[in-house]
Amino acid sequence: MPEQRRLIFQHIDEPGYANDLACYQRNGGYEVMKKAFARPPAELIDEVKKSGLRGRGGAGFPCGVKWSLVDRKSGKPIYLVVNADESEPGTFKDRYIMHQDPHQLIEGIMISCFANNVKQAYIYIRGEFPHGARILEKAIAEAREASFCGPNVLGSSYSCEIFVHRGAGAYICGEETGLIESLEGKRPYPRIKPPYFPAVLGLYQCPTIVNNVETLCHVKHIVAMGGEAYAKIGTPNNTGTRILCVSGQVQKPGYYEYEVGKITLGQLLNEVCGGPLPGRKFKAVIPGGSSAKVLKFGERFKGKRKVGAEMVDYDWGLEDVPMDFDSLAMIGSMGGSGGVIVMDDSVSMVEALGNINEFYAHESCGQCTPCREGSLWMKRITNRMVHGKARAEDGQLLKSVADQIAGRTICAFGEACAWPTQSFVAKFGDEFKGYAETKAGGRNGTGAIV
Amino acid sequence: MIASPQPELITVNVDGREIAVPKGTNMIEAARMVGVDVPHYCYHPKLSVVGNCRMCLVEMGMPAVDPASKAPILDPATGKQKINWMPRPTIACATNASPGLHIRTTTPMVKDCREGVMEFLLINHPLDCPICDQAGECKLQEQATGYGRGYSRYIESKNVKPKRTVLGPRVTLDDERCILCSRCIRFCKEIAHDDVLGFVDRGSHSTLTCYPGKELKNNYSLNTVDICPVGALTSTDFRFKMRVWFLRQTNSIDIESSAGVNTVLWSREGVIYRITPRRNDAVNDTWMADSGRTLYKEVRAENRLVAVQIAETAKGAAPADAGLDMALFAAVNLMSEGKVAVVGSGRSSVEEQFLARRVAEATKASAYLVARTGAGDGLLISADRNPNTRGALVAGLIKALPSADLSALGAAIDAGAVRTILCMGEDLRAAGLTEAQLKQVRIIYLGTHRNGTSDAASVVIPTTTVFEKSGTFVNQQFRLQKFSAAVPAPSGATDDLLVLGRILFGLDGSQPAVSDVHGLWDRLAAAVPSLDPIRYRNLPDTGLLLDATPWQSLAFPEGKGLHHP
Amino acid sequence: MNLSSETLRKIDEVIPHYPQKRSAALPLLHLVQEDQGFISPEAVEWIAAQLELAPINIQELVTFYPMFRQQPIGRRHIRVCRTLSCALMGAYRTCAAFEQHFNVARGDVSPDGEVTIEFVECLASCGTAPVVMIDDELHEKVDAAKALELAVKIKAQAQRR
Repeated sequence: MPEQRRLIFQHIDEPGYANDLACYQRNGGYEVMKKAFARPPAELIDEVKKSGLRGRGGAGFPCGVKWSLVDRKSGKPIYLVVNADESEPGTFKDRYIMHQDPHQLIEGIMISCFANNVKQAYIYIRGEFPHGARILEKAIAEAREASFCGPNVLGSSYSCEIFVHRGAGAYICGEETGLIESLEGKRPYPRIKPPYFPAVLGLYQCPTIVNNVETLCHVKHIVAMGGEAYAKIGTPNNTGTRILCVSGQVQKPGYYEYEVGKITLGQLLNEVCGGPLPGRKFKAVIPGGSSAKVLKFGERFKGKRKVGAEMVDYDWGLEDVPMDFDSLAMIGSMGGSGGVIVMDDSVSMVEALGNINEFYAHESCGQCTPCREGSLWMKRITNRMVHGKARAEDGQLLKSVADQIAGRTICAFGEACAWPTQSFVAKFGDEFKGYAETKAGGRNGTGAIV
Repeated sequence: MIASPQPELITVNVDGREIAVPKGTNMIEAARMVGVDVPHYCYHPKLSVVGNCRMCLVEMGMPAVDPASKAPILDPATGKQKINWMPRPTIACATNASPGLHIRTTTPMVKDCREGVMEFLLINHPLDCPICDQAGECKLQEQATGYGRGYSRYIESKNVKPKRTVLGPRVTLDDERCILCSRCIRFCKEIAHDDVLGFVDRGSHSTLTCYPGKELKNNYSLNTVDICPVGALTSTDFRFKMRVWFLRQTNSIDIESSAGVNTVLWSREGVIYRITPRRNDAVNDTWMADSGRTLYKEVRAENRLVAVQIAETAKGAAPADAGLDMALFAAVNLMSEGKVAVVGSGRSSVEEQFLARRVAEATKASAYLVARTGAGDGLLISADRNPNTRGALVAGLIKALPSADLSALGAAIDAGAVRTILCMGEDLRAAGLTEAQLKQVRIIYLGTHRNGTSDAASVVIPTTTVFEKSGTFVNQQFRLQKFSAAVPAPSGATDDLLVLGRILFGLDGSQPAVSDVHGLWDRLAAAVPSLDPIRYRNLPDTGLLLDATPWQSLAFPEGKGLHHP
Repeated sequence: MNLSSETLRKIDEVIPHYPQKRSAALPLLHLVQEDQGFISPEAVEWIAAQLELAPINIQELVTFYPMFRQQPIGRRHIRVCRTLSCALMGAYRTCAAFEQHFNVARGDVSPDGEVTIEFVECLASCGTAPVVMIDDELHEKVDAAKALELAVKIKAQAQRR
């Protein structure tokens, strides 16, 4: 079994580790930032580019590229917005960073702000983390007191404030332009792109960088070890470590930090997480947060992939798939936010989809027609199926509705709500077709899930 | 006539057809120029672009270039530059023309997108078209026919939302019909600057609402009804009065002020049912004030004048049931005695003002105009509440702006210099003449509605409202704009031009009376050479800007408004 | 508006955090709700006035974000996560246990005014499913039996009051 490599989660759940400044500094905290502030900002951006760091929020967009897209000639202030909305179901990594190691995040924020000449950062934290918000506020106050942020940081002429901004229970605020609208005090309707790319027309129509909590923590470690050294961790194009959040029906759910691509799904679930619950077999897994396409145990994936400069054949069972961005994309799903949700053979896939559909129907902001109407329609279909009025053709209808949403909306929520339906029906079509009959046999072992 | 500057043109390609459009034109408008309909709901040319309805999805491509050398990549099959088509559809409303941009609107993907959006919009829609006021002018109906599948796969229950909500004194809302395009919200925020509408709740349960305790009652509220693409917002006045497909449309001009808002009169069998704005990008965009929309009710007002009146003192030998001829005869007789003043009206057309000028010249009368001013609203109600003060200047009826009241005329009466007044529908008492002064003169009143002046007049000749005649006005921009008769005048009322023409003929007899607007324009252009070669029939529907330099020194009362500096 | 001086102080402190006042809408809604228990129409208008907005701008937010409520709730607020990971581990049973114990349906206030029970979407603690938030506190691995324990504790605390 591969060993965990804990960069970000080094101190999480460590006995005696506190979330105050003193403890953080005892463990070497803010030393990286001090050194970084002695370097030209452009060099820091370069380190991040060289590191190959990909965003840990869901899309996996290269962080260095994101930073290089920022309009630095507009004359307007540049904002950094920390996406701490952690709203993708199945994801729970940023929670631990913010609750247990907030100064790591602040150090990452300050290095990133300094690198990008940002004078104002906002941490948009989900409303369901009231303690997290208080912890961050206290940590910022401590850091400010010690001149790690605020006016004249570390005695320099550079000043930068960080404020915590609480959301109030809306998944859509995880979408970066929805988040920006929310931060502006409006309904969090994602913006049309073009023209509203955050790097050019973001918060208050100013250039804005929106980065995930974990991503910003990685920046600290990249600057500490150098971009090239960081790029050697993990696998090419999938560098560094990432936190995999495992939940659902496994023996040992929880968070595990591995070098990207150095662990397979099978190792993660069978060895690290101890396999299925007693008497059960794995049936399906969603590998990157609830909007990622579901994978079915027993599936095989064949094709060619790039290894170094060569194209090589691969023939994987589901358990053989490495947990990195590119491999998961190759087999038709995604690494997303790192939330791995496991379902065993006690679960009806119709009901599981019903649960997911209820989530997306509840969370659709309602701006775009396809997502607004389609997400609710899909929920109503699965609800009807679960409540005794399933028809054999409902699976195909569900898929057709989802097909009319994906790729046709302002933001990626369209895909997020369509992909579960598309993949559940594609992979478990028989279950949908036969649900009217099997349902009569009584509910599955989990009890109601929808 | 003033020419407008030419914008920079670039070439785009719509369904294989090249077209030069101004840079930055969005692709819905570009397609419109080549006659290609890109269906849409939320997009409105005069509001911000939000891109939420997703009906205007099209395929978009850009000419391929080599990333390194930037040299065009040619398609070997055609020898032309290759087009890189994007794999996903794009909304045309938020895509602005850039050189070489291609869109396709007829592909299977676009068809499927439209069918999908149509299906989604209809699943929670009540489909109560038979009793919906919007039927016949509903985008949802039109586009369901044009781009929908024609059948429904929806068997679940529909959303339940509030119906028949009174949003304000003039607007009624049916939330179940609303497709959440947000046009009305954007209008209130961006144009009317009265932020009272918004969406509450979220997702498919989002509901258009006016904040509790507030009302949508600004003087532009009915524009939300105009731009609502479905039957969600309806006019409380027009609701259930008439099926729109029975109505005939006639172009007109709002007479509330010198803004000169372009309008459409909707009538059937001689009755007007509503007035709506007509798009003119140089004047009112697509908007008009609520206050101008009910003016058609004057046509059938109780105090409408429909019978000639001749006072005993002016009658002479005329019979008791004197008709128009006798009234005209009496009027000419009175005026022939001299000491005449003409009180024209800023509500008269340019043509009427020209004839009034001729009458004044024939009788050596001084001409006056009644000023009518109020506070401008910064949008489409200007400070000059006469629609055609500038027309009176252009036609040569007056040389200077009217004074606040008619005290100069009052002084002339007191001095015994005026014995007879030809009054064009104005109320002289309200315009500043005293009761005593009115008693000293004989009034010939040409107007549409009874007032103190018509009661005191020696001769009353009923004339026509703007809705019953054709003519032109000159607005605050010195834009000459035309209006047409939508309904016939009531029996007993005579077109102003005919009345004035015959009075003029009676006074000088030099030229036969011309009673129609076309014939009159030949004489007008001859008398006011700067108007040539304009004629009523060649005047575009959006009007023509006249040269305002002769009147540059006048202190016009208008302040800032839409399309007015 | 009868806000505590502490709340007013926090409001004055938070508004200047933003270059545009409107951004303080969510912070003010949180502060006012913490102070008053819910967002009344009066609060909507008061907040709008503080931020120089029309009331509808605030109403649009109150009704969009599930965490804001327009009616008072029970003294204790039990939020059971119902999203997939928690559901797979028995969240529906957990919620049913609370509902039975307090004799109240989801979304309603219990007859004694003590609790409001709600299903909420993902609380981002899927690894310790099923999870429940009681007021601001997160409770992990709350199966039906643990739900019962928590319910008994809440009742005991109520009796002591």
